[in-house]
Amino acid sequence: MASTEADVFDRLGRGLSSLGAWIDKRFPMTKLIKEHATEYYASKNFNIWYGFGVIATVVLVMQLVTGIFLTMNYKPSAEGAFASVEYIMRDVDWGWLIRYLHSTGASAFFIVVYLHMFRGLLYGSYKKPRELVWIIGMFIYLCLMAEAFFGYLLPWGNMSYWGAQVIVSLFGAIPVVGNGLSEWIRGDFYISDITLNRFFAFHVIAVPLALVGLVVVHIMALHEVGSNNPDGIEIKEHKDASGKPIDGVAFHPYHTSKDLVIVIIFLIAFSAVVFFAPDMGGYFLEHANFEPADPLRTPAHIAPVWYFTPFYAMLRAVPDKLLGVVFMGSAVLLPFFLPWLDRCRVKSIRYRSWIYKVALMVFAVTFLTLGYLGMQQPTGPVVVLCRTFTILYFAFFVSMPFYSRVEKTKPVPTRVTP
Amino acid sequence: MRVTVAALLFSLCLAGTALAEGEAKLDEANTNIKNQPSLQRGAKYFVNYCLGCHSAKYVRYNRLAQDLQITEQQLVDNLMFTGEHPFDTMTNAMRPEDATRWFGVAPPDLSLIARSRGTDYLYTYLRGFYVDPSRPSGVNNIVLRGSAMPAVLWELQGPQRAKFSADPDHPGQEIFEGFEQIRPGEMPPAQFDEMVRDVVNFLDYIGEPIKREREALGIRVIGFLLVFLLIAYLLKKEIWKDVH
Repeated sequence: MASTEADVFDRLGRGLSSLGAWIDKRFPMTKLIKEHATEYYASKNFNIWYGFGVIATVVLVMQLVTGIFLTMNYKPSAEGAFASVEYIMRDVDWGWLIRYLHSTGASAFFIVVYLHMFRGLLYGSYKKPRELVWIIGMFIYLCLMAEAFFGYLLPWGNMSYWGAQVIVSLFGAIPVVGNGLSEWIRGDFYISDITLNRFFAFHVIAVPLALVGLVVVHIMALHEVGSNNPDGIEIKEHKDASGKPIDGVAFHPYHTSKDLVIVIIFLIAFSAVVFFAPDMGGYFLEHANFEPADPLRTPAHIAPVWYFTPFYAMLRAVPDKLLGVVFMGSAVLLPFFLPWLDRCRVKSIRYRSWIYKVALMVFAVTFLTLGYLGMQQPTGPVVVLCRTFTILYFAFFVSMPFYSRVEKTKPVPTRVTP
Repeated sequence: MRVTVAALLFSLCLAGTALAEGEAKLDEANTNIKNQPSLQRGAKYFVNYCLGCHSAKYVRYNRLAQDLQITEQQLVDNLMFTGEHPFDTMTNAMRPEDATRWFGVAPPDLSLIARSRGTDYLYTYLRGFYVDPSRPSGVNNIVLRGSAMPAVLWELQGPQRAKFSADPDHPGQEIFEGFEQIRPGEMPPAQFDEMVRDVVNFLDYIGEPIKREREALGIRVIGFLLVFLLIAYLLKKEIWKDVH
């Protein structure tokens, strides 16, 4: 007897569900899908600021995949690194695209992560009960900085070389152990083939491994407490009879379908850079980096890539090298303590006082201005501005415990607003 | 919220204006890497005038032929003089040690010079040699003072003198006023500029051979993404229609 089409699908369906049951007895597949997708409820009023988390995940995956393909043709040696990058750009099929995706992806990663963190500041996403989500996120940010720093040496251009030289020498400012420490990091007395080899090891396996692990932990912690929302209220406090938050919608298919739209919009902007301005006027790929590393000749002006320049500006604002390093280090570490520096019970900026609105606005402008100043030659007016804005950067964190305790907040609604 | 965005935009504008200041004045190269005849002429000038001392060691001859739409025979006849294979890259016979002895510095590889210096720089540099008896080569360069490179194109351009005037604001410093032709060259100035433009255009092309194709591909990629966006948006709307 010939089976009809319906029969085939019926049998296929039964086969698949028995396969599913077989797996579920051995691995919590259905349970995981429910917990993290089809029965994970997140607020229905997410705005565009809530898209940067998923974009960051997409960029991470893209960096991992393009990174693997780059590794297939890249030679981590002082002799061959620069030439192998040009080999990828010219001779490897689609090598140029893979390389541009990776180099643009690095900058995109920071743009997206900075905006993602700014969302946290806007809506108080770091506050109880999400302190750990924030702290794990800060560790991800640290890893990202390390990953970018190690990766930036690999093309072995002259800016790679001298940038690494400057950053590693910062460790030399630490009293007593400083010089030994920078020597230990380099594995040599100057940045050399040995340094390149170990930076390669860190860039392709050590840091990515930590990064992926931390991202998994970040999402697990988030799904335990539930996502925040632009109103900064807990949707879990209002559930319907079946135990589902009334203001929430399932991550899948609701947020996934929305995220797809957001990711495509991101990819359009990203493609515009990759295909039409991959060096972004010297900000994503610096001009001096198209010359091979030369230990005897420094580029006219050494500055780190744009995503490090806010911190670099703070380093240069302080006349003493050790103190500069201390300031720069604290600038990176201070945000870890935000959950406890901010004593205001209201999460979202929508219902907080004008003081916080002004403080956050000044902070955003300060960060961008420091980023700009960090790219400039440290002449008189630049140094004065660096100092002013460094003070403003620290003032944001230092003043917070005082004003946030006595803030005049607006009444917070009990249910999310559309 | 809106205030924050306005403030961000303001600080970006501030950054933009400050960036525009400074930098030596360069002439605009006005090159076009899609101008195939210009690239073909540039390639010819490059192998005749540049490749003797400079290499372009990441540039493969047969890729060049393919991109510039010339046959392998034309390639071998017109661009390859020292018995290389078409699959070789554009190296040269000058040893770095010799070069350092002769010029004080080995001539840099030119594969990426347009990406590190920019086309305007190269266009101004190549036209910026002037007679200066104090230099070992007899010439100096207005863009890169004390450049070790001799005026390779002097016969075509004709020797020129640089006019300087004293800087009233900074005593002891000079302001460049312009060039003065000493003797006409083999080419009239406009033709010479055109020739340099072809060379710079060629250097721009070898800096990133894929540049011409990537932009065309980019339009198709973004076109696809726009269609995908429409479909994804309709899907999202359909799924969200029961959420109020």
